[in-house]
Amino acid sequence: MTELASRVGEVIEASTADFTAQCYELYEIPPLGSLVKIGDSAGDIYGVVCHASTAGIEPGRRPIARGKHEPSEAEIYRSSPQLLKLLKSDFGSLVVGHRHEERLFHFLPPRPARIHSFVYLCSPAEVREFSQSFEFLNILLNARVPVATEELVAAALRQMSRSYSDARAFLMAAGKELAVLLSSDFGQLKAILGRIKE
Amino acid sequence: MTGQPSERLGIVVAASLDKGVDVRLDGSVSVEEMVVGRYVAIEGQKRRFFGMITDVSLGVTDPSLAVTPPDVADAFIAEVLAGTATFGAIHVSPMLTIGGGADVLLEGPQPVKTIPAHFSVVNLASEHDMELVFGKEDAKRFHIGNPLDMETRLCLNLEELAKRSNGIFGKSGTGKTFLTRILLIGMLQKSKAVNLIFDMHNEYGWAGTREGWPPVKGLKQLFPSKVAVFTLDEENSRRRGVSTDFVVKIGYDEIAPEDMVLLRQTLNLTEPAIEAVYQLRRRFGKSWLQNTLDMENSEDNKQLLKEMDIHESTFQNLKRGLATIRRLSFVEPHAPVDAVDRILDYVSRGNNVVLEFGRHRDVTAYVLVANMLTRRIYERYKADTDTATAQGSAPPNPLVITIEEAHKFLNPEVASRTIFGEIAREMRKYNVTLLVIDQRPSGIDTEVMSQMGTKITCLLDNERDIDSVLAGVSGKNELKSVLSRLAPKRQALIFGHAVPMPVAFQPREYGTPESYAGFLHADRSYPSAQVEKDIEELWD
Repeated sequence: MTELASRVGEVIEASTADFTAQCYELYEIPPLGSLVKIGDSAGDIYGVVCHASTAGIEPGRRPIARGKHEPSEAEIYRSSPQLLKLLKSDFGSLVVGHRHEERLFHFLPPRPARIHSFVYLCSPAEVREFSQSFEFLNILLNARVPVATEELVAAALRQMSRSYSDARAFLMAAGKELAVLLSSDFGQLKAILGRIKE
Repeated sequence: MTGQPSERLGIVVAASLDKGVDVRLDGSVSVEEMVVGRYVAIEGQKRRFFGMITDVSLGVTDPSLAVTPPDVADAFIAEVLAGTATFGAIHVSPMLTIGGGADVLLEGPQPVKTIPAHFSVVNLASEHDMELVFGKEDAKRFHIGNPLDMETRLCLNLEELAKRSNGIFGKSGTGKTFLTRILLIGMLQKSKAVNLIFDMHNEYGWAGTREGWPPVKGLKQLFPSKVAVFTLDEENSRRRGVSTDFVVKIGYDEIAPEDMVLLRQTLNLTEPAIEAVYQLRRRFGKSWLQNTLDMENSEDNKQLLKEMDIHESTFQNLKRGLATIRRLSFVEPHAPVDAVDRILDYVSRGNNVVLEFGRHRDVTAYVLVANMLTRRIYERYKADTDTATAQGSAPPNPLVITIEEAHKFLNPEVASRTIFGEIAREMRKYNVTLLVIDQRPSGIDTEVMSQMGTKITCLLDNERDIDSVLAGVSGKNELKSVLSRLAPKRQALIFGHAVPMPVAFQPREYGTPESYAGFLHADRSYPSAQVEKDIEELWD
């Protein structure tokens, strides 16, 4: 099933503007900037992956170095298989839109996602549909996220451009939109354009 | 409307009726294709606006872009910035509005009294738009050229044009003569007006010169049945192979004191000498010039001068001036035939008259003859028109008098006293108007300039000349930038009475067999079989 294949995790923390999901498999984190959606019973909520982290499942317990006598990193996990259960990968997403009764909206949903909703990676077709409008750029530019805004915007656009056969045309259109949004901040615009040019 | 796709340029971002409309160009529009003088149509909410591009500029959204320019070598960044962070802008002077709906046909374009709303779409004016404004070629409209960068034919209502005095200006070598020829042909074909052309440089009658090219045909060659060539210098005309219809001679008795006023500067006469002319005229009557020249330095004459209160040195000054006139070969003690009668004879039959000056290219001869003949023709016209009005009969044919070097006749010093000043001011009351050709419009009296109906100007670069041509025109400053950027040849700006809005244009071609054929074709009064024959001959 394609749905299972693209399912990447489950919501473990949610607010109106963002949510955090835990990956089902350690390290199987969707790439920074990729478009994900939460299949909620009330409708889909779309998010852009804005940061990710891997840490121990117990907050107070830090992992310790184990590889002194191992030849490779893979050997560590093989000799200590429990590690895969003691560690977890999380990723945070910014909510950039939602779908309600088949219509796609590029603004925040009326209610945040529910905990334990499933998170899916969007298919190229969905990415293309969502990126018909660049209004999500404004949300990304104004969000307070752990990574630099320029990095996030550039990563999101790079990810989306992969769904297009003519990536340059898409990036060009996005660049023009950014130029308008960042009309008074040429420095930031330049930083983003530098990161998305091919 | 025949929906010819028009090219979208951008949107209105600011406007004021006084200062014009600012248009931000779309990213896809190249600034370099926007040239001053082109026409745009602005789609307002209720009406369309017509305007001319009068300025082109570049803008940036963030001033820091200009301070630290981006890496333009990178095609991606350059393309993203084009039209967004960096954009082109044009300034448009709105000239006309066309109301929406069916009233367009009834009302036609109206002068602009308001401005388009924010973000109205701006398109390049289509051929159809231009036709709507300037009309199509028809029985009264004559194709004089094309608006700059457009295929549309710019048509002038010459019937309307000939009703007022008009001016053609431009630096020397900018194509005034060619433009004049085109206008003359137009008037000859499309209006009832008859032309009298004082042809100082023998350019209009039979053949005209063209820098670096073989001569072009004059009016007589193109329209032999409608044009008569008169000459002041038979020998010269013959040498140039011109068949002339009449040789003009001027009798001493035809020269009046008023003619001397104009010649004061060229003959280097003093003010008292001019006064003396009037006294001599009173004393001797019509033969004053002959008598004055005959006066010997005798005691009797000294006594006579004393009686008239003319100082000896003044008299000598005057005599030297009159001797210059006497040396002109066409001036004789008595003219065998009155040139004015002959000219009016042709004019009343609807024939256009070109008066060639032959070798007499100096200003003295030109000013003397033009002023003298015009003064007498105008007097006759005045009398005829008054008679016609009183009797309710048809007035004489409208007459358009073409003069070159107009500042010699119409400078502020003499304009109030010459016949040309009077014609220019009285306008069409007596069915006589002027076509003034000049290269120094600043030398022409402002009152005369202000009375001119339509002005056509080629390139001018003297600030004072530009100011005087554009005096009193709305949107003067904008037109100034258009005028001073015309190409040095074959481009002109027309504005005034005969056109709904100012337009920069390229005069139609003149001088190739095709162009001659074009002129003959436009003449509907000309039998078409004759046209075909003429065209064949032209190709031979």
